[in-house]
Amino acid sequence: MNLITLHEFKGGIHPPENKTQSTASPISSLKLPETLTLPIAQHIGAQSKPVVSLGDMVLKGQVIAEAQGFVSANLHAPTSGKITAIEHRVIAHPSGMSDICIEIQPDGLENWATIQGIENYLEAEPKALIEKIAASGVTGLGGAGFPTHVKASVEPSKIETLIINAAECEPYITADDMLMREQANSIIKGIEILQRIVQPKQCLIGIEDNKPEAIAALEHALKHFKDNTFNIHVVPIPTKYPSGGEKQLIEILTGKEVPAGGLPSDIGILCQNVGTCFAIYKAISKGEPLISRVTTVTGNACGQPQNFEVLLGTPVSHLLRETNTDSNQLNRLIMGGPMMGFTLEDAQTPIVKSTNCIIASSQQELPDPAYEQACIRCGMCTEACPAQLLPQQLYWFAKSSNLEQATAHNISDCIECGACAYVCPSSIPLVQYYRFAKGEIKQANADKLKSDRAKERFETRMARQEREAAEKEAKRKARAEAAAKKQAEKKAAEAAAPASSEAKAAPAADLELLQKKLDAAQNGVKKTKEKIALAEEAGDTDKVELLKGALTKSQDKMKEAAKAIASAKKAAKAEPAAAQIEMTPERMEKKVEMAESRLNTAQKRLADAKESNSEQVDALTTAVEKQQERVNEAKQALTEFLNTLSNATQLPAKPEVNLDQLKQKVLAAQTRVDKALERLNMAKEQGLETVGALQMGLDKQQAKLEEAKKALQEASA
Amino acid sequence: MTIILIAVSALVILSLIFGAILGFAAVRFKVEGNPVVEQIDALLPQTQCGQCSYPGCRPYAEAIAGGEEKINKCPPGGESTIAAIADLLGVDPEPLDAEHGAEKESAMVAVIREDECIGCTKCIQACPVDAILGAAKQMHTVIADECTGCDLCLDPCPVDCIDMLPVATGLQTWHWDKPANIIATDKEQAA
Repeated sequence: MNLITLHEFKGGIHPPENKTQSTASPISSLKLPETLTLPIAQHIGAQSKPVVSLGDMVLKGQVIAEAQGFVSANLHAPTSGKITAIEHRVIAHPSGMSDICIEIQPDGLENWATIQGIENYLEAEPKALIEKIAASGVTGLGGAGFPTHVKASVEPSKIETLIINAAECEPYITADDMLMREQANSIIKGIEILQRIVQPKQCLIGIEDNKPEAIAALEHALKHFKDNTFNIHVVPIPTKYPSGGEKQLIEILTGKEVPAGGLPSDIGILCQNVGTCFAIYKAISKGEPLISRVTTVTGNACGQPQNFEVLLGTPVSHLLRETNTDSNQLNRLIMGGPMMGFTLEDAQTPIVKSTNCIIASSQQELPDPAYEQACIRCGMCTEACPAQLLPQQLYWFAKSSNLEQATAHNISDCIECGACAYVCPSSIPLVQYYRFAKGEIKQANADKLKSDRAKERFETRMARQEREAAEKEAKRKARAEAAAKKQAEKKAAEAAAPASSEAKAAPAADLELLQKKLDAAQNGVKKTKEKIALAEEAGDTDKVELLKGALTKSQDKMKEAAKAIASAKKAAKAEPAAAQIEMTPERMEKKVEMAESRLNTAQKRLADAKESNSEQVDALTTAVEKQQERVNEAKQALTEFLNTLSNATQLPAKPEVNLDQLKQKVLAAQTRVDKALERLNMAKEQGLETVGALQMGLDKQQAKLEEAKKALQEASA
Repeated sequence: MTIILIAVSALVILSLIFGAILGFAAVRFKVEGNPVVEQIDALLPQTQCGQCSYPGCRPYAEAIAGGEEKINKCPPGGESTIAAIADLLGVDPEPLDAEHGAEKESAMVAVIREDECIGCTKCIQACPVDAILGAAKQMHTVIADECTGCDLCLDPCPVDCIDMLPVATGLQTWHWDKPANIIATDKEQAA
């Protein structure tokens, strides 16, 4: 029928299919549950952000959470109703943890928001189609939940083959099978849209040969579209688990292997789930966002195993009720298939975009895992591994937490299909070990990133602190230098000043002191002379001798004091100008003022004393007189000083300066005249022509000298 | 006699050539710094907590590389870090030195009780990785993603408003546990 050569992937298993239970009746819909709980993270990538608030009324198909960034997806209200909660609820996750969910209480009206599809979508721009898919919140419905618009946004020239994954290899699950049987036309139309977007050379629908009805339906639908020249082929493949794994299906259909750590697009292939094609068709042709999906409800505990078109957010418990599940028989509730699914702890967990199956299993059907026994190194796991890894080696590495070796043995290429654990005669939960090791590796990588960042931050901080310290030190040094400079300047100024200022201050102070000393010495001489006279009268010769010695000493002292006074007076004379400068008019005025104030107080006291008839009146009158005298003296001094000051200004100090200058000028002129004479003489001796010129120069210099001499005489006169 | 001379001269020439090559290589391929320090530093957890009594992970790495320090003084790294360093240096791993603190069960993060914070900036100055934001007389807060859980901000806080809380496992950080490592016979006995 077609020319596709099938290949085979190594490994794989053939577990009991258990698919027929749920294919007996067609896909049916459910009555509305009481509440719908919609986790905001139903896809791989960034969480979407709620755009409704508590109490809002929403319409069916209205956006309730918006995509955040490119790798993210919109979320729509599956039915019309009221937002009753936006809070943490248990979500469909193996950890059984909770996440933010939007709860809607349906109003039962099913009022649609305005939706619009794209007409003539096969002629529409691929970009517009991708935008519409993104707006409709379509994600991969096969299991991983990768946003479809991201996957479809590859460069069209890159994709040679579009592969539609309809293998549905895992036991129990029949959602895609039933969808293909009932919606083959829509699926083919969805594939056409994908072809329009990525423009591949061919399209292969890979489907396991255990679904003859679905194959027939698809082929029938394709015949219907035979006019269209799309190169679509339905390719039945042998039933083997896990042929539905993306990498395995690619290998079966094309013989190519996706490189480790790479994407199918690296080898020119795009893979989409068949359910996703149906969702794409609904989104593009009708504008219906992804608000429901086909989910298989099956298992021995389930009363009526069948497929349902389930609104997203429907609690699993609602499905179990609607299928008359026997809660006594129910042993384990599994979301997903028996090989790769996970056990649900809480029946309130909602159905999400990637939920393809719910298994309500009985004890006999899926018994509790058998006890783990020691690995006997039989190697059956290696034969079963579809990724051609070494499960046994990985097991040892995972068990001993030897993450480095596990990474080296490509644990990241494990697709966690569970084939190895299925065949293990020792019932070792191998996949759990690998999941643990993968988690540890992820954690270690995250820790490494964090520690690298911490190191960088620490080093940056150290560098900053060092820089700040250096800056501080530099500032401190600059300040110290400035201070030292100032100090030096001050010292230099002091060194220049002290000679004069000390000379100014000292003589005045010293003179008084010296005068006192001289007075004391004179008194001492006088007293000793009197004592000598007394002693001589008394005839005490010993005493006279002693006293005479003391007298000479006192006389020496007196002489020294007199000498000191003389020298001090000389020094004082050397600085008359400086001393005079000190006597500014202001100071003298102050003195006058002070004397006047003293006089006033004395007069007041005298008046007080007179009133009280004190004995002190006499003393006070003399004091007042004295103060009066002092005031007069001070006033006189002031007037005298002012007079001298005015005289000084009238006769400026210029003449003196001029005298010196004039003297210098005369000298300079004299030397010039001498030099000119010398030159003239030399010129005369040698008979040079310049004699005449030199004679003239000499005359000029002599004239200048005469002028200078005259000026000097006038000035000195 | 000439044969001996030829042999000796050949050897001398060869030794000169190889000596020159070695001398050139020693200069050309000289390794800057001590590469062992880098390797040890890469194994340390970079919490910069100073529990090893060194002012950061790198100084401790330098001390270990210098042979003057034991490898068991890093509580945040714990046994796994000790084992990794022992493996790197080819020495025997030793149990964690209890003197420097115990290994914590899970990663910790500092959290400031913000209504009690008085805005003294003391914790900001203490944080080795600049993970605390705030200004004088303004409330401070910890950037949880950058916090290494080193405890260094606890002591300086004058109002004791900083708590060390275990880092909560979120959906992004959750991963499967290791399967209970007991074999069938043990399990039956246990049951």
